[in-house]
Amino acid sequence: MFRNAAELVEMANSQNKKISEIMIEQEVTVTGRSREEVMSFMDRNLKVMEEAVERGIKGVKSHSGLTGGDAVLLQKYIEKGNFLTGETILDAVSKAVATNEVNAAMGTICATPTAGSAGVVPGTLFAVQKKLNPTREQMISFLFTAGAFGFIVANNASISGAAGGCQAEVGSAAGMAAAAIVELAGGTPQQCAEAMAITLKNMLGLVCDPVAGLVEVPCVKRNAMGAANAMVAADMALAGITSRIPCDEVIDAMYKIGQSMPSALKETAQGGLAATPTGRALEAKIFGIPLNKK
Amino acid sequence: MKFRSVFDIIGPVMIGPSSSHTAGAARIGRVARSLFGREPKWANISLYGSFAKTYKGHGTDVAIVGGLLDFDTDDVRIIKAIEIANEKGMKLRFIEEDAVTDHPNTARIIIGDHNGELELVGISIGGGKIEVTELNGFELKLSGNHPAILVVHNDRFGAIAGVANILAKYEINIGHMEVSRKEQGKLALMTIEVDQNIDDKILDELEQLPNILKVTKIVD
Repeated sequence: MFRNAAELVEMANSQNKKISEIMIEQEVTVTGRSREEVMSFMDRNLKVMEEAVERGIKGVKSHSGLTGGDAVLLQKYIEKGNFLTGETILDAVSKAVATNEVNAAMGTICATPTAGSAGVVPGTLFAVQKKLNPTREQMISFLFTAGAFGFIVANNASISGAAGGCQAEVGSAAGMAAAAIVELAGGTPQQCAEAMAITLKNMLGLVCDPVAGLVEVPCVKRNAMGAANAMVAADMALAGITSRIPCDEVIDAMYKIGQSMPSALKETAQGGLAATPTGRALEAKIFGIPLNKK
Repeated sequence: MKFRSVFDIIGPVMIGPSSSHTAGAARIGRVARSLFGREPKWANISLYGSFAKTYKGHGTDVAIVGGLLDFDTDDVRIIKAIEIANEKGMKLRFIEEDAVTDHPNTARIIIGDHNGELELVGISIGGGKIEVTELNGFELKLSGNHPAILVVHNDRFGAIAGVANILAKYEINIGHMEVSRKEQGKLALMTIEVDQNIDDKILDELEQLPNILKVTKIVD
């Protein structure tokens, strides 16, 4: 069983296998399930992700009315063709937003690694799908590669916003997505780890400050930027750029930053954007009274 | 390692909006239900830390009740769980606690009916994964991810060996095991996580052993 990114990359290199393959084999060993079962279970998760995106890009609205409809706006904008960045990156952003809008509307999603950060991995996968034309099996493998890096973060740091802030959720999701994009695009296991490191470095310190305690503002747009971050970091790693601080040390730094973050900024709706005048006003409107009864 | 399966990371499939505050909360409720063995008539649910501060926004209350009604994380009935519980006449009480707990996402659930009561403390550690940290006053660590058996027994020599011997006879492998007691020589609890589901016949056999008082199982 691999314990960190260095061991994962070393196992992949010495066995001349992809990271997804190492993860699949470990899952088979640990759970005693057959390879077919493990693959078909992941295929089921992939289907849930596809359905969530399909629903989201048609337009949904949350019960609070705070979020919904942004994925649609972005898809229409892409169709017009006058965008400044690129079609793939905007498509990833739109599909990440779509997933999180469905989540906010209490729809069915697949947590990757959490529900609040569930947009990044599928958003980037379905955007690069157009460009790279992967097989169904390669798309399933994408999720195993993402899962392998999430597994490392979960066991060595945290994937909980309440324990580590948004960096632990959307930060982890973006790093996982970046690594998976690199593998799907033909990069090496080491480049996957570099992409994870580059992404997570740029999400360090991100707090979890949901307005009214709802997984909506700013969660949906943090997924948008997490997806954009992952796409750019993947391109950087594929260009041969490396992280001066190794992946495992970045993960460790993220953990320690999370521990020293005050609890007001860890999913308690007590600080950050939740405590802004507008944040408080929205909270009061949604619940009749503010959650913070000071 | 806290997380063993890739499906703890890519998964669960669930009703939004929060894996820790919705899916994890539902799982805590469902473990309590499973250990109680039947639908409770009433539930007192204390919420701590982030759970206490944000439960309305995350639907944590709805999700825990969904779990008590035996709904899985991806069951759409979770959204209407409190209404369904009210219709069934289940009395619900939610308490926002101020006490600081070890983990920010902590819930204490006391459920019961005229035949008995059960008290459980669960924490939601991220991505929908939970741990049970206390059961009827016993401290324990139960991930809820594997089939497990809970054995209430007298704190006497040979009690643990007796249980282990029967499991060995049926070729059941123990993944994790813990023993907890309130006081030396009094009541104790064995928590045994195993790799495969256990037949009821084996549970009966365990219950026949000397010093074993009650055996319950949690199915995967």
